[in-house]
Amino acid sequence: MGLFKKKASCHSASSESNGAAKKVALVGNPNVGKSVLFNALTGAYVTVSNYPGTSVEVARGSAVIGDRYEIIDTPGMYSLLPITEEERVAREILLSESPDVVLHVLDARNLERMLTMTLQLIDAQLPVVLVVNIMDEAERMGLVIDIPLLQEKLGIPVIGAATAKKRGLDEIRRAIAGYDRKKHAVFGYSKRLEEDIESVARLIRGDYPLSNKSLALLLLQRDEEVTALLREREGEGFPAIAEMIRQKTFERRESFHLDLSLERKGIVKGILAGVFSVPANRKITFSERLSRWAVSPVSGIPLLLVVLYFGLYKFVGDFGAGTLVDFLEGTIFERYFNPWITGVVKEVIPWDILQELFVGEYGVITLGLRYAVGIILPIVATFFLFFSLLEDSGYFPRLALLVDRVFKKIGLTGRAVIPMVLGFGCDTMATMVTRTLETVRERIIATLLLALAIPCSAQLGVILALLSKAPGALLVWSVCLLLIFLFIGFLAARMMPGETPMFYMELPPMRLPQLSNVFTKTYTRMQWYFMEILPLFILASVLLWIGKITHFFEKAVEGLSPVMASLGLPKEVAVAFIFGFFRRDYGAAGLYDLQTKGILNGRQLTVAAVTLTLFIPCVAQFLIMKRERGMKVALAIGLFVSGLAFGSGWVLNEFLVVTRLL
Amino acid sequence: MKLSDKAEEILEALWIAVEEEGRGFADIENIGIDSADPAYNELAALAFIEVKEGRVYFRNEGKEEGRMTIRRHRLAERLMMDVLNIRGETGDDKACQFEHLLHEGVDTKICIMLNHPSTCPHGKTIPPGDCCEEARRSGDLGVVPLTELKSNEEGEIAYIQTEDDKKMRKLMAMGVLPGNRIVLLQSFPSYIFRVGFSEFAIDTNMAREIFVRR
Repeated sequence: MGLFKKKASCHSASSESNGAAKKVALVGNPNVGKSVLFNALTGAYVTVSNYPGTSVEVARGSAVIGDRYEIIDTPGMYSLLPITEEERVAREILLSESPDVVLHVLDARNLERMLTMTLQLIDAQLPVVLVVNIMDEAERMGLVIDIPLLQEKLGIPVIGAATAKKRGLDEIRRAIAGYDRKKHAVFGYSKRLEEDIESVARLIRGDYPLSNKSLALLLLQRDEEVTALLREREGEGFPAIAEMIRQKTFERRESFHLDLSLERKGIVKGILAGVFSVPANRKITFSERLSRWAVSPVSGIPLLLVVLYFGLYKFVGDFGAGTLVDFLEGTIFERYFNPWITGVVKEVIPWDILQELFVGEYGVITLGLRYAVGIILPIVATFFLFFSLLEDSGYFPRLALLVDRVFKKIGLTGRAVIPMVLGFGCDTMATMVTRTLETVRERIIATLLLALAIPCSAQLGVILALLSKAPGALLVWSVCLLLIFLFIGFLAARMMPGETPMFYMELPPMRLPQLSNVFTKTYTRMQWYFMEILPLFILASVLLWIGKITHFFEKAVEGLSPVMASLGLPKEVAVAFIFGFFRRDYGAAGLYDLQTKGILNGRQLTVAAVTLTLFIPCVAQFLIMKRERGMKVALAIGLFVSGLAFGSGWVLNEFLVVTRLL
Repeated sequence: MKLSDKAEEILEALWIAVEEEGRGFADIENIGIDSADPAYNELAALAFIEVKEGRVYFRNEGKEEGRMTIRRHRLAERLMMDVLNIRGETGDDKACQFEHLLHEGVDTKICIMLNHPSTCPHGKTIPPGDCCEEARRSGDLGVVPLTELKSNEEGEIAYIQTEDDKKMRKLMAMGVLPGNRIVLLQSFPSYIFRVGFSEFAIDTNMAREIFVRR
């Protein structure tokens, strides 16, 4: 990733294309309310896209505050010296896009910890406005913050806000519109550190978006990107800089990072004297109590089960996949829409074959659209609503720490619980999210497990509906998948080289989700999902139609029938597997059709459901796997998964036949 | 006044035989120092020991001296292993030479630095000194890894011990900095702690690297 490179090559071009709008960048730790502020400032027109050359999403929107401004919501960052890819992107935006105002948003309750980044931004001579957010909760806890005094001491505009309650928004707008790059306060480090910084800074000749002091500090912290940049730009002057850095870092080899952090902490303490006061007694809020319950294994595991039962089983399974599907698919499509559209099409198109394409057994409308809108849409919608609610309540980090120990055994950390849970919604989306995992090893293991053992919501909904009719089948199915998930994860962790990753996570306070935010998120995810699946469903219908009229399809079913027979399944099930190649949920829906026709008994249903759940990921997921992990890994996973799916199906069938369990 | 190195070794051997093995005396041949050695006379003159028919007996005055000598020896062993990372026979050898330097309060300083260890690397008891008693009385439990804290126990972060630069920076970004107060909220299945008004979860490996003064 080319730090600052854009400034050199195409910065001017990009600002022209934006109609010379001024830029405002929102920066800060995760969970300080940046996105809420972003939404409040921008309103409707927002684009979310990957930052060029990376997998990190950045949201941009525009706002008119006197002039027109482009507002950029950067990924969460803890420090100007990046560790994660998100932090790297956030820094690159600050540097390469030269924002006219940098809004540093922080959590009032953690002013002391987060103010160190404000210092770094001021050191870098960026145009900083400080937004002390979440003032309402801080006040409820009895914290007192003297904003005017803080502003005076920092020498930059400081605003106390509670963006979730729309407090402070006008002041923020005024601060943006009225910003002028006047001098702000300068904070001195210890004499020794200042000398070290100066000895490096005075060797720097080039012109950079960061101050020389800030560059020197980053160099002294051995920042690879900054070092590479200076190597490129300083030309002949670089060896002298490198030598000075080498000398200084050796002199301070014991604890440079720590010394620097401690000095910054000291400065922050000085600034906060008289600004920030904490009540003698800590008030324990309800959300803290709830948080304790969520993380203690004794109450956390039952709570998890309750969440899963009501959220996933009752809401997504019963309501989404049951009530809503019955209504949309059964009533709207089967009773009203399909007969009507069939009539219309038959009148307009005289040729049988073309009629088949649209309204036949595998018709684009009667099958493709019906599956996509009637079956998949309600399930996915309810799942994403459930997921967004959990996400905004702050539950996921708590779930992550609960499962970390188990996940370590399968080569992952608790962090991977988020893509795993998302996988129950859409494996394709979840495979994209595996990028947030830290090591390549974790990403590959997570991708494999998603492809193999995590059924997506559409599939899950249909399978739950199917199996709930056969007593015991649901249990066998769940146990099978859980065992395979753990066993393959365990094996993968053994076989893949690499060290055990570390687990750390901030636990944001648990809070009541804001419904508007939840709906926006759900809507965005649904939109993405629908754009992704509808074309595939239609393509699948067309291919199936071609297969049918050329009789290729029948041959494929014939060809698969020995495989089906070895699994103890009737050959009709092959249809579901062929569907399943296009999308797993499509396959499950095919199974649903067969079951309603009464072709399958309990054992066959279970075997088919297990095999199909494990079976090759849908085309979309395969494409994402290829994009994220490369062709070789994607192919290997695809082949492995297919082999394992049929293998497990066979073993399960033999087992069930011998034990007569079902 | 300071005893000779040999005299100290005699006291140690005698102390082990009497106090740990429960015998009444030590045979000179088992001590490994020749019976003609002036160290025996040195100790006898101080009324620490009595030598009779090739056997060495403690006198009351000598017991306390023996206890402190063995304490210095075992502290030296701990120092070799825990701090200097010299193990096995080399460690034992160096400890034998080093122990004789631990006088005039140096032993106390080392004991405090090692956080009043109770056993030597071979698992034998280190007789507690005044500093250990004092620490126990005043409740100063010294510096321990975060993993040793109990739930809801509070402490002050003393230092972070990690060789991984990234981990160090990550922890510092979380506010894990020497001098900050830290409260351990839960230790299973993951460690949860609070610094300031933020809570974090970390795994055991990271928790082991944060050292806290209780």
